[in-house]
Amino acid sequence: MDRETGLNLALLGVMLAIPLWAMAADEPFLVTLTTRAVIFAIAGIGLNVALGFGGLVSFGHAAFFGVGGYAMGILASHAQGYMPLIEWPILVEGTKSMPVIWLTAICASALTAFAIGALSLRTAGVYFIMITLAFAQMLYYFAISWPAYGGEDGLSIYLRNAFPGLNTMDPIQFFAICYALLLAVLFLVARAARAPFGLMLNAARQNEDRVQAVGQTPYRLYLVAFTISGAITGLAGALFADLNRFVSPSMFSWQTSGEIMVFVILGGVGRVFGPVAGAALFVLLEHVLGGVSDYWHIYLGAILLAVVLYARGGIFGILTGRDTANG
Amino acid sequence: MADPILDVRGVSKSFGAVTACRDIDLDVRPGEIHALIGPNGAGKSTLIKQVAGGLAPDSGRVFFDGQDVTGLPTAARARLGMGRTFQISSLAMEFTVLQNAVLGALGHRGGVFRFFRPAMKDAGLLARAREALDQVGLAEFEALRTSELSHGQRRQLEVAVALTLEPKVFLMDEPMAGLGAEGSHRLMAFLDSLRHKAPILLVEHDMDAVFTLADRVSVLVYGEIIATGTVDEIRANEQVRSAYLGDEALP
Ligand SMILES: Nc1ncnc2c1ncn2[C@@H]1O[C@H](COP(=O)(O)OP(=O)(O)OP(=O)(O)O)[C@@H](O)[C@H]1O
Ligand SMILES: [Mg+2]
Repeated sequence: MDRETGLNLALLGVMLAIPLWAMAADEPFLVTLTTRAVIFAIAGIGLNVALGFGGLVSFGHAAFFGVGGYAMGILASHAQGYMPLIEWPILVEGTKSMPVIWLTAICASALTAFAIGALSLRTAGVYFIMITLAFAQMLYYFAISWPAYGGEDGLSIYLRNAFPGLNTMDPIQFFAICYALLLAVLFLVARAARAPFGLMLNAARQNEDRVQAVGQTPYRLYLVAFTISGAITGLAGALFADLNRFVSPSMFSWQTSGEIMVFVILGGVGRVFGPVAGAALFVLLEHVLGGVSDYWHIYLGAILLAVVLYARGGIFGILTGRDTANG
Repeated sequence: MADPILDVRGVSKSFGAVTACRDIDLDVRPGEIHALIGPNGAGKSTLIKQVAGGLAPDSGRVFFDGQDVTGLPTAARARLGMGRTFQISSLAMEFTVLQNAVLGALGHRGGVFRFFRPAMKDAGLLARAREALDQVGLAEFEALRTSELSHGQRRQLEVAVALTLEPKVFLMDEPMAGLGAEGSHRLMAFLDSLRHKAPILLVEHDMDAVFTLADRVSVLVYGEIIATGTVDEIRANEQVRSAYLGDEALP
């Protein structure tokens, strides 16, 4: 076992130990806080598939986070109001079932990512950053001006959605669900990163000419990566909405995109576990610094700047002494 | 005479006022090494790019294996069987040598959209990659990061990746530059045997290599082919002597 694997396991261990301890010590708030970190980690892992593995600097991942959130909000609000979603030509009811909601969130955000990616990936560099931001802003304003689903005020869901056999209102049980999903996502993404797809995508990030010379098309690799990336972030959005039992347009805001990017950069771009460390650190800083000052984002900004300037591999780069995840 | 596998017809390309290629006709036939020589800036790399893809000619057509490929993207041409090496090494620099070779084998085999089984544990890909590395003499360096290779070794790796593609024609832009005497000789011996697998369009500055290896030579000067012929014909060609080779003793 190398050092990085050890660190990964330690990180997962700590993220499991904290809520277990907090539950024993009767500190439900800490459980919720860790759940927040776990969900952010999933969102970051999603972005990392595009940003870290594909080199696609998306500043619009709030779009997928929000679509996932609204997928949950819309389905659950119809279910709690006993209003069918669609009556004609077929009857579609809302639902309070988490697995169904996750699946819907994943499909909806994957479709959104496919559409946004298909258009945005025709550009590169700064233009790509700006166009992904623009798409997310479009959805943001759309959500604000959509009165059927709460408009600016968002949507409240009274009870957390249901998972067979569990009481999701119990913080530790909801944590367990999110943690299990984190493990599943980590596993699948780690596999994909080493699979033919991951190898070719990584090569495209490094050198598009090389990929073309071996007969492959970077655009297709990017589009698939972007779609998967959006789907994972969308799943996180659905979980985040369930955590708060609330969905609002702010999930679509550019600040959200920025924060997801922060998880990835803080943790270490291109490492499967990087966003987990980044999200944990972010939530920790948010909690600690946020308690000290309302302007904690300034400190966060300073830390981020230091990471970008002096530790390109993020926390993992510092701890493992390696800049990149390859070789 | 066998039909050419690669046939460039009347290709022209200008960059503003610079005419890099003017009405170029050139073909590559099965089993041959066709060397393309010419002074710096003659337009050799520009021609290779138009053949391999990535640069559209202003006019003219490129036929490959009986098919007009002029409008095809680079990746499609590679899949049809063009194995290209770049003048300025173009590899995945963060990857190991072996990973780069596996990348070629994977690109050739296809099945890129697989998400579960590790590529670097695929016995078929590894075997193909290692065989190619062995052929160019890089086997012992397979675990090295590509950025740690010397310039010459990067050229060798370029050739190895092209080999994994099992192409129908090789397009090699100065594969020997930076190799040193021993490396050059080794690669020369290898290219010599390679032509029977697939013909080679070889851009090369090393005249020893060209005159030893080539079946035919085309001489490009200021974007124009001033002569095409066997090694002996090119040596004897007055125009070539004055325009390019100078009057020094030729090999
Ligand atoms: N993208 C480009 N834009 C403008 N001019 C270019 C471009 N590419 C090549 N040229 C010009 O076209 C001419 C031919 O260049 P090319 O690289 O094909 O020469 P070459 O024969 O390969 O030279 P060398 O032996 O130095 O590799 C040169 O004058 C070069 O400056
Ligand atoms: Mg050149």
